[in-house]
Amino acid sequence: MTELFETGAYNFAYLDEQTKRMIRRAILKGVAVPGYQVPFASREMPMPYGWGTGGVQVTAACLVPEDRLKVIDQGADDTTNAVSIRKFFQRTAGVAVTEATIEATVIQTRHRIPETPLREGQIVVYQVPIPEPLRFLEPRETETRKMHELEEYGLMHVKLYEDIARHGEIATSYAYPVKVEGRYVMDPSPIPKFDNPKLGDNAAIQLFGAGREQRIYAVPPYTRVVSLDFDDHPFTASKAPHDCDLCGAKGSYLDEVITDDAGSRMYVCSDTDFCAGRRAAGHVGRLGVAMADGSA
Amino acid sequence: MGSVDMGIWTKRNEQPLFQVEGLTKYYGNRIGCVDVSFDLFPGEVLGIVGESGSGKSTLLSCLAGHLRPDLGSVIYDGRDVLAMAETERRKLSRTEWAYVHQNPRDGLRMGVSAGGNVGERLMAIGARHYGTIRDTATDWLGRVEIAADRIDDRPSAFSGGMQQRLQIARNLVTGPRLVFMDEPTGGLDVSVQARLLDLLRGLVRDLGLSVIIVTHDLAVVRLLADRLMVMKDGRVVEQGLTDQVLDDPQHAYSQLLVSSVLQV
Repeated sequence: MTELFETGAYNFAYLDEQTKRMIRRAILKGVAVPGYQVPFASREMPMPYGWGTGGVQVTAACLVPEDRLKVIDQGADDTTNAVSIRKFFQRTAGVAVTEATIEATVIQTRHRIPETPLREGQIVVYQVPIPEPLRFLEPRETETRKMHELEEYGLMHVKLYEDIARHGEIATSYAYPVKVEGRYVMDPSPIPKFDNPKLGDNAAIQLFGAGREQRIYAVPPYTRVVSLDFDDHPFTASKAPHDCDLCGAKGSYLDEVITDDAGSRMYVCSDTDFCAGRRAAGHVGRLGVAMADGSA
Repeated sequence: MGSVDMGIWTKRNEQPLFQVEGLTKYYGNRIGCVDVSFDLFPGEVLGIVGESGSGKSTLLSCLAGHLRPDLGSVIYDGRDVLAMAETERRKLSRTEWAYVHQNPRDGLRMGVSAGGNVGERLMAIGARHYGTIRDTATDWLGRVEIAADRIDDRPSAFSGGMQQRLQIARNLVTGPRLVFMDEPTGGLDVSVQARLLDLLRGLVRDLGLSVIIVTHDLAVVRLLADRLMVMKDGRVVEQGLTDQVLDDPQHAYSQLLVSSVLQV
């Protein structure tokens, strides 16, 4: 099949050059002011809101023909959202794709940060549904902007207070608010709080795109990112208390999979590339089968 | 004008906490309030009365920094409030100042538990210890006569009187020095009003608060206010000691106001 970018029907990476410039300017401002939400003129993309329209626009603005793109959805490379976005850029940009975190130069992600440590030169693009961390407590945009401007972040702790009052602990388990470089409070997108410690001091550039809400923000490499908490209820990066049943990994974030009607379940790494890599290296979990014998 | 020599209230060796001079606010060509001046001393309660549209709410909004006056000056504790940076003013309004709204829904977060509502101001000024915040909130709920086991209930599950008491606790928790109240008893039935007034009077005396209270209810100022300002058409027509103004009103409008109160 002749790919779309070759026929001239579409510009490289779908968006026209002026739009990409506009988005790049927003990205540069975001990188310059870590955690600050930069408004941008989000375009109508050929996918519904909530499927990653913001992330796709940021990725499109970052891609160059030499890039190698990885797209993950909840850690997996083979789910609908990941497959369709990956295919979209194969057709509109003709870039190489990969499932290996280590090989990728641009990684678009929904709800996870890869287990494999990221390196300098890599760009991670997060899909963000609601960029405003204060939104559910303060519905007025004028007021939340003012609160960011004046660093009035007491309200964020009210949310955590409510968690403890109701559940006995901070029950927020994803989209856990963070403070970036001692200044802006930021929504890290709906990643599990298990991934929060990876946001800080990361070698890669982390970009966040919210298409419907028309905001871009960024965490540049090696930035200080602190998860908010109380002195007597400190932040903990929680995960299911199990090992991966396929590869035996102890420290990776797990998905719980129901395997029959009797309620049997297995826990598997949500990062499929990480899990496959471990199994290829010979690790076998409780229910796993050695890679050479076939599939698990 | 029934302007009284204010010298007798100027306690010696004491600086006013809040000084207002020539405060004027226009809405286009219409008058909001004109040329209002007064001094408020620490621990003093000033009542502002007048009919609807007399400019008393406009005045309170200007004083609390919600509206910007066109003319005049507002000095708090030696600092010019109008010249202050917004950061500083907002900081003031969540530490040393408090504002009790007529409708508790305007002053409370209805989606947040009572404890969270009281704790918000503490967290806004940097409290980061959950246990301490919760203990303080429990203590304050007790002071405004809300049972400790209601601490995790949302204000929407409270009666009107309880909501108003919760709003007061939420405002006083950071130990403010100056409290603005806009019709704090409005919309409450008389027995609830009486208890609320009793509570307010106790808190004001115990904490030594300076209060500016706007109301159309003369009974409220009779009970709470040391000093009274009567407003009509945006102007102060009479001011003086509360009992003096209510028992011996000089200005025609004050006389009308006092004589309009229903006797039961």
